Amino acid sequence: MKNFVINPVLNKEFKLRFRSFKSYLGILFYLLALGIIIIGFVFIQSLSNSFGLFKPEESKMMFMLLSMLQLALILFITPGLTAGVISSERERQTLNMMLTTTQSSTSIILSKLVSAISYLLLLIVASLPLYSFVFLYGGISPAQMLTTIAFYVFTIIAFGSLGVLFSTLIRKTIVSMVTAYGLTMFLAGGTAFLTLLLMQLGYNYSGNPSNVQHVPFAYFAAMLNPAIALFGTFEPEIIDEITNVTGIEFPLWAAYLISYTVITAGAIFFSIKKLRPNMKKG
Amino acid sequence: MIEIMNLTKEYGSFKALDSLNLKIEKGTVFGFVGQNGAGKSTTFSILATLLAPSSGTAYVNGYNVQKEPREVRKQIGYMPDFFGVYDQLKADEYLHFYGASYGIPYQEREKLIPQLLELVNLSHKRDSYVDLLSRGMKQRLCLARCLIHDPEVLILDEPASGLDPRARIEMREILKELKTMGKTILISSHILPELAEMCDQIGVIDQGKLVAEGSVADIQDKLRGEKIIFVKVQSSLRETVSFFEDDPFISNVQLMDDDHTIRFIYKGSAEEQTALLKNAMVKGLPITSFAEEEADLEDIFMEITKGVEMS
Repeated sequence: MKNFVINPVLNKEFKLRFRSFKSYLGILFYLLALGIIIIGFVFIQSLSNSFGLFKPEESKMMFMLLSMLQLALILFITPGLTAGVISSERERQTLNMMLTTTQSSTSIILSKLVSAISYLLLLIVASLPLYSFVFLYGGISPAQMLTTIAFYVFTIIAFGSLGVLFSTLIRKTIVSMVTAYGLTMFLAGGTAFLTLLLMQLGYNYSGNPSNVQHVPFAYFAAMLNPAIALFGTFEPEIIDEITNVTGIEFPLWAAYLISYTVITAGAIFFSIKKLRPNMKKG
Repeated sequence: MIEIMNLTKEYGSFKALDSLNLKIEKGTVFGFVGQNGAGKSTTFSILATLLAPSSGTAYVNGYNVQKEPREVRKQIGYMPDFFGVYDQLKADEYLHFYGASYGIPYQEREKLIPQLLELVNLSHKRDSYVDLLSRGMKQRLCLARCLIHDPEVLILDEPASGLDPRARIEMREILKELKTMGKTILISSHILPELAEMCDQIGVIDQGKLVAEGSVADIQDKLRGEKIIFVKVQSSLRETVSFFEDDPFISNVQLMDDDHTIRFIYKGSAEEQTALLKNAMVKGLPITSFAEEEADLEDIFMEITKGVEMS
């Protein structure tokens, strides 16, 4: 355990990351993007109100907007931070030297993943003061806030593991990045589109929204979609609707957790397996 | 000690290594010489547990590279032919990183790193960023990195490539010092004279096969047994070429660009050479010049790696 906490790769990654000016610029632009949208939202809401006020019931909407926006930013940044962790070492010609040390493949892969995740967590922590806008107007419980943060951490680990896997399997960082972004787009956008499409099919079959034809496949598309899973924690009605159309009553958030836990475990396992050549097979 | 047995590496139909056999005793400085693409780096990568062989196996200090790769990694210090460094990392931190990667405790590394930097003449660069060091300094730092866990075997792939003469000499001096420390050193180069100066034994590899092996003196004797001869003719070029090609001591007959000069490698004795010239005269070949070129080690190496196998 001690070896992992003060792991050499992790130690080096932290040093390199925080000596780079780019990391600080990244935090700056991240907060600027979130901040501008929040302030813009409050501004537009108060304009549309005849008294120039921001109503507390609109606070929940702002929380949802902020959370979905943060999820989009996380999904946008995670592949970029993780899909080059191994391939960039390979391109920089430092990987072979690392692989001839006695460090285990598990330690190298986990350290790389933890290092990338840590930076993303820092972004989330840095954005917390923006949430104080929401608490200023009320309408959101701290439990809801904590659930959202836990959801982010889980999602970062899952998508980060996929990035690390592509970085290990694909030699070129650019190809690895494109693949990781492609998959993330499919999981974030493609599955949402599939869910909507399949649910529409369910309605069309029956012709009556109250008496739908069950389309279970829509559930499998929805359970892979982080945006639907997160939105479901804010607005349970949407989950009820999915349950109604698919006929599957198993909680969607649990299906999301299970499916991404399996994906994460598989991605980490294969990354560890494929980092070094299998010496027993020529 | 390193033992390589029938080591073969195939990439599709291409054989990068073809049943390589080699035994290097403890404390030997072994020079591995061959053209680019001859199989040197492939051999080194397999020994460094970075590449799995297609067949055959290799042992480092008795550990099988395929079955006990982790043990092998403890035994070796590997310096690749091309390597990069991390920017934003200082020389001292660079060595700390690799030291920690070998599980050396911090306090021990603090004592070890100044000694290593002194060995490679980089004590004054301890706080410099590694990407700002000159190429020669980076090579020396990389050598210090290889030594951090005090390995018994050093595998150095072209450690002097791309260095200026001064940096080459410095590298050579460090390697001599390591030799006195009793390390087994496996070093590759495509420059034979460079290796001849510091190696106890040399192996010449060509197209994945070991074509010559022995002490430096042995190899030099074998190589020097060959001469390069230039023959100038006025006419009857084809007839002259086929005359020389038929001689059992002649190989690599080439026609030079001027269409009057023939070049070949001659392995026979002085008497046999006299007889060859006499026979050519008797045959009436219009030879105007028959001159022997004093070949240096490098030229003859170039010749044997063109495909002439030595026993």
